[in-house]
Amino acid sequence: MPVKLTVTGAAAVAHAMRQINPDVVAAYPITPQTPVVEYYASFVSDGIVDTVMVPVESEHSAMSAVVGSAAAGARTMTATAANGLALMTEIVYIAASYRLPIIMPIVNRALSGPINIHCDHSDAMLVRDSGWIQLFTENHQEAYDFTIIATKLAEKENVLLPAMVNLDGFITSHGVESFEMLDDEVVKEFVGTWNPKYSLLDTKNPVTFGPLDLFDYYFEHHRQQEEAMNHAYKELPKVFEEFAKISGRKYDFLDLYKTDDADYIMVVMNSTASTAKYVVDQLREEGKKVGLVKPQVFTPFPKKEFQQVLNGRKGVVVLDRAMSFGKEAPLYSLIKSSLYEVASKPSLGSYIYGLGGRDTTPEMIREAFEDAIKGNLITDEQRYLGLRE
Amino acid sequence: MVPNIRDIVGYVETNDWAFTQGHRLCPGCNAPMVANWATLAAKSLGYEPVVGAATGCLEVSSTIYPFTSWNVPYIHNAFENVAATISGAEAAYRSLLNRKKIDNDKIKFIAFAGDGGTYDIGLQALSGAIERGHDFVYILYDNEGYMNTGNQRSGSTPPGADSTTEPVGKALSGKLQLKKSIVDIIAGHEGVYAATAVTSEPWDFMRKMQAALEFEGPAFISILAPCVRFWRIPDDSGPEVTKLAVETKYWPLWEYNMGVYKVTKKPKTFKPVKEYITKLGRYNKLMKRPDANEILEEMQNYVDAKWDRLLALEEISKDKPIRRKI
Repeated sequence: MPVKLTVTGAAAVAHAMRQINPDVVAAYPITPQTPVVEYYASFVSDGIVDTVMVPVESEHSAMSAVVGSAAAGARTMTATAANGLALMTEIVYIAASYRLPIIMPIVNRALSGPINIHCDHSDAMLVRDSGWIQLFTENHQEAYDFTIIATKLAEKENVLLPAMVNLDGFITSHGVESFEMLDDEVVKEFVGTWNPKYSLLDTKNPVTFGPLDLFDYYFEHHRQQEEAMNHAYKELPKVFEEFAKISGRKYDFLDLYKTDDADYIMVVMNSTASTAKYVVDQLREEGKKVGLVKPQVFTPFPKKEFQQVLNGRKGVVVLDRAMSFGKEAPLYSLIKSSLYEVASKPSLGSYIYGLGGRDTTPEMIREAFEDAIKGNLITDEQRYLGLRE
Repeated sequence: MVPNIRDIVGYVETNDWAFTQGHRLCPGCNAPMVANWATLAAKSLGYEPVVGAATGCLEVSSTIYPFTSWNVPYIHNAFENVAATISGAEAAYRSLLNRKKIDNDKIKFIAFAGDGGTYDIGLQALSGAIERGHDFVYILYDNEGYMNTGNQRSGSTPPGADSTTEPVGKALSGKLQLKKSIVDIIAGHEGVYAATAVTSEPWDFMRKMQAALEFEGPAFISILAPCVRFWRIPDDSGPEVTKLAVETKYWPLWEYNMGVYKVTKKPKTFKPVKEYITKLGRYNKLMKRPDANEILEEMQNYVDAKWDRLLALEEISKDKPIRRKI
């Protein structure tokens, strides 16, 4: 029977990892990811799991070690945040190009500089083009569920891509909340065993990983990574369906909240969606036809799903928790380009919020909605919520 | 059990090399010798080598997709992380053995890297992997510069050698600093086997390779392996030059095992270091400078002091390991 646990988000993720019991975890601590690694280390130390843990000396070596481990055919995980992810980035790209299904929770945190340890999504956006699947989670339940879902998806034979599960630093990772934990056996059966086709330890059939790939094949290999991403897009609904069978929780590319008849829609990722849902409820009580879209999958980007839900609306406001200096914000620019093809384009507004852990209040969310309702949206204007001008 | 020359000949005759033909290393390069000796020694001792390589000449020349010269499992990841990559693979091996997902207990991990990927950018990953006690052999083929990118200086480049990032010029005599003593740095990790080797002494290298493979934990061998192009020496003279490096105290042969130092070759007489230096074209510009003799004298004093120190370390550490476990 599933049990209710009231713990931090970091503990929820560590429990998902415990139930998956990967062969190898190599990680380096960084705030606010630290408790994920600490919980897992205590599971190893107490003999609750028999994972080989590699407490490496840097995130660069963490990602390098998990590449070695996954290439050796082991189910492998790590976790990081912010500058740790930045230090890993060189190898993050390599992991994807080697088609290694590594799972990595990212406890989202502002990317220096200046140094800041609190939540925003600049770290995830740094690696948005690295070839990893990127899932985003609102709360403990989703952080737990998506860690399990990511493992199943990444190891599909036609996918074989690494996956990141994003959860908001401190807000989700350190906040205490209840979530429903599945039975160990149910998770174990769901993820199954990992039997890679190629392994560094198969000395009878030696394989060369990571050759020099010059102009005559590099292009084709990148095209194959793109194909794998297309496969991930097609496999996701199936994995969500399978997960619904064991959990009763049915996920999709987009979490839609009161969007059916909404004239004005807000798009926001991760924990701020909870605040936004609260504001949607308030505005609904006032008779305003508003709704919320929370992308749960960012890469592969659910373009068609966005088109379906946003076509014909009066106004759409997109909230980004990261900036793309000198360009449109990352989520906003992707949604804007998705809407190029729709028949009836909504007016669009871009809002930057919550950088470096800046608190995002219901009033700020309301401000963005009200701009839309008043018809006060300017496509080329980047606005800021909660910023001292 | 020692590396068996008959077995090794057998592998060569039946073309069952771990590092086989078709690589595109330069004629006269000493790196493929190192790769061959290391893997053949492992195979002749009954081990199954799994190889990692740092970005470098050996890597770019041996695995140009869709071809590979590696007849054993091989992984290249990036420039600075072969030790971390191999430590992940070794952790996976332990885990999969524990969980009885595999039953092959003959695997030995061998990492190859040049001096750039070892002395400089890769030092942190190497230090971490050694401190964590992974069971692998790290082989540094030391050609004293970034040869893959065209003769730039590294932490291993000796003073006065001409390199493109510290060329010998009108104002400066090339690199001003002495090279790092990398084997001492590795020995400083204590729970380790570390050794120097040289391409003119294959049997000494093979014996050290055996010690490294049999050592339960991290092992490191630094082998002086000239790049004939940038050392500006004839294609067929690599081993001849490294022989001189040993005979002039430039590159003493020694090993370190858990705190115990041992000099593995003690020539009765030594030649002056000038004989070695003047053999290498990369010092031609230095020799034309007015301060050439000063730099040579500095080098001579340095190698003399190092040699004396080494003998003293051997004496003082005899039968006195500082560690019993990693």
